[in-house]
Amino acid sequence: MKRIVTLAAAAIVFAGASASAQTVKVGLFAEPSAMDPHYHNLGPNNAFSSNVYEALILQDENQKLMPGLAVSWKPINDTTWEFKLRQGVKFHDGSEFNADDVIFTYERAPNVPNSPSSFGTYLKGKSFKKIDDFTVHAITEKPYPLMPVDLSQIVIISNEVGKDVTTSQFNSGEAAIGTGQYKFVEWKPGDTILIERNDNYWGGKPAFEKVEVKPIKSNPSRVAALLAGDVDFIDNVPTADIERLKGDSNIVLSSGISNRVIYLHMDRFRDDSPYITGTNGKNPLNDLRVRKAISKAINREAIVARVMEGVAIPAGQLLPPGFFGTSDKVKPEPYDPEGAKKLLAEAGYPNGFGMTIHGPNDRYINDAKIAQAIGQMLTRVGIDMKVETMPKSVFFSSASSGGPDKTPKYSFILVGWGSGTGEASSALKSLIHTKDSAAGFGASNRGRYSNPEVDKLIEQALATVDDAKREMLLAQATEIAMNDLGIIPLHYQVNTWATRKAAGLKYLPRTDERTQIGSLVKE
Amino acid sequence: MWAYLTRRLAQAIAVVFVMAVIVFFGVNVIGNPVDILINPEFTEAEYQEAIRALGLHLPLHEQFFVFLGNALEGDLGISFVWGEPALQLIAQRLPATLELAGAAMFLSIVLGVPLGMYAGSKPHSWVSKSIVSSSILGFSLPTFWVGIMMIMVFAVMLGILPSTGRGDTVLVFGIEWSFLTWNGLTHLAMPAVNLALTNIALVIRLSRAGTREVMLQDYIKFARAKGLSQRRITLVHVLKNTLIPVVTVLGLELGSLIAFSVVTETVFAWPGMGKLIIESIQVLDRPVVVAYLMLTVLLFVSINFLVDVIYSLLDPRVRVSGAR
Repeated sequence: MKRIVTLAAAAIVFAGASASAQTVKVGLFAEPSAMDPHYHNLGPNNAFSSNVYEALILQDENQKLMPGLAVSWKPINDTTWEFKLRQGVKFHDGSEFNADDVIFTYERAPNVPNSPSSFGTYLKGKSFKKIDDFTVHAITEKPYPLMPVDLSQIVIISNEVGKDVTTSQFNSGEAAIGTGQYKFVEWKPGDTILIERNDNYWGGKPAFEKVEVKPIKSNPSRVAALLAGDVDFIDNVPTADIERLKGDSNIVLSSGISNRVIYLHMDRFRDDSPYITGTNGKNPLNDLRVRKAISKAINREAIVARVMEGVAIPAGQLLPPGFFGTSDKVKPEPYDPEGAKKLLAEAGYPNGFGMTIHGPNDRYINDAKIAQAIGQMLTRVGIDMKVETMPKSVFFSSASSGGPDKTPKYSFILVGWGSGTGEASSALKSLIHTKDSAAGFGASNRGRYSNPEVDKLIEQALATVDDAKREMLLAQATEIAMNDLGIIPLHYQVNTWATRKAAGLKYLPRTDERTQIGSLVKE
Repeated sequence: MWAYLTRRLAQAIAVVFVMAVIVFFGVNVIGNPVDILINPEFTEAEYQEAIRALGLHLPLHEQFFVFLGNALEGDLGISFVWGEPALQLIAQRLPATLELAGAAMFLSIVLGVPLGMYAGSKPHSWVSKSIVSSSILGFSLPTFWVGIMMIMVFAVMLGILPSTGRGDTVLVFGIEWSFLTWNGLTHLAMPAVNLALTNIALVIRLSRAGTREVMLQDYIKFARAKGLSQRRITLVHVLKNTLIPVVTVLGLELGSLIAFSVVTETVFAWPGMGKLIIESIQVLDRPVVVAYLMLTVLLFVSINFLVDVIYSLLDPRVRVSGAR
């Protein structure tokens, strides 16, 4: 709410200053794959649809929830949440927003044809009931605390577009009607997306008259376009260019920590792990002392300083401290190669063993270089390392199910996790909980780590509606899993955006890594 | 004659079919698109649902028959990423690529031929020597590096050309062209030069060699003896005879200009086919990759078939031996 007030204030202050039509040009790393907000549940699409559409609940730059199309929400009993909707909101086509649009949206969103990643995730097991035009009830079978977070992920479309609306109709603009700050104008795939100010926006006048978004995937070209003044604002500033841009008086950088942790996952379900040699068929990663030794052998400060050029933060848990459900008690493991060697000797590997680290080379910031650094650091304490990196298109399939019987193929992998919900339950549920396909747990638990004590805490937390209690349970689960080294966290990614000083813009860095025009403000 | 053509047609169809098999199965061996396209916070059930939505739950050979059945009706599948027909996506981006390749081809000719002929007619002057030695750079410098350097110099430092993207377009015959507007031309300039560099160098060398050879021919001597002006000799007699190998080679090069525009399109964020195909490969958008390759196969097979037809019309021996 506060952000909207400041935005509105900024808009009023600058309304006089920029009387002429101002077009803000944006150079984007990743282009959305459709203008249909329910077609593809992935970062670039969700970021863009938030310009044109809104959910009942919005997330601010730090992923704190704030009122959107709902003015308030609360659980009225163990299994029912009540949402009071905002009155007097109009869609871009002038039609009135009310509960029918909400019900319509939640029926359509999980059932978009050909969707490669469905929004059903957030709607499964929930039913919705219209109480009156501006009250909606969401009902679940069991107590469900994540209701507001889940519904903050689904933007509302107008029921006027009809039941059989297709993704193509959104792409052409015919059905691209939302309540958001900007109206959709035109999309030329691969070339430009045009949006313009929604003058009737309920939260005050949006900052820019017109916004032209250009996808420029190539890193040096995107930076060059900014330097040349062809665009006013870019995202995903490559770490290698940050030093140079800092010295340029025309450029303003803004960077912020993300909800993404880069971590190592270890094979915990095979006695004879395929990429480990010299252990007579034993899996050393099942020994806590070996995991501890690996964690101690990694110099996180050095990775941050050298590989990441200072643009990252050493990690000790699943989400940066301060996020919901993190623990104050777990800290990043300090670098201690002597201690690591000692632990390895104690565990019965005084001469180490052989191991291969696998990782992607086009997914996370500097991913291949991080894998190489880890390889060198572990070699230094006596583990004979090999490093293998590959394109994400090959890596993730193998890492999840490339082995016999669709088991994970590798022994020791470098991966990353962004907690879209902004609370630790996201990572705990998917990475740490024992894999249980039926209950939807551990889908990305590629090491098959399993700890009944942690599982119990996670399940308990996910059934606790009381925020304070749930936060405590999540923190407890985090502590146990981290002390047991279910994964080895390396660092939290820091994202950087850059604007041109002449354009008078500043980006408020978002922890969800999204590039949204709503977070771009005039200085 | 008809027997020959029928046989060639059958061969062409067989080639297309074999290529369809190779392309389809080859593309389907690598990775699993769902792993790339799905939101990381998926559950197992959603994963299975996404696999079904993309039609990947069927055994590979059944997927192939579905693909084949649709392909016969002119439908090469729906893109996993964009959710639109693959052919439509390619067709949308085709004009941008053709425009870029055409501009590069134009530059290769108008810059390459005069420079090469000059270097050929005055082989010992220092200008000629520097033309020839700088053409080596055109061959040897990597396209992406030259592209970035051009952006740095002309867009960032001098600020006279836009760095990336395609400029304003105008609609002619239902297709958007950017070379008809000034803004579009400024956007086209750097990518076109970048893409043309190798070919300019090639044309310089070809026309230089051709000129040197033609200059020594008897008919040139005869023309001189007849008292024709040097200007007329060069622009008519030498030029015509030099152009023969240049045209042959450039014809072949046009195909590779369209195919190798990938690098240039990526560096300059040019919204063409090359950029689409490379991005589709990166995220395993199989229908788009398959459609692109099948179109290429179809193009080459039909060109070859037409050439065979023309051969048989021109050369009776082909018809006769074919009938037997």
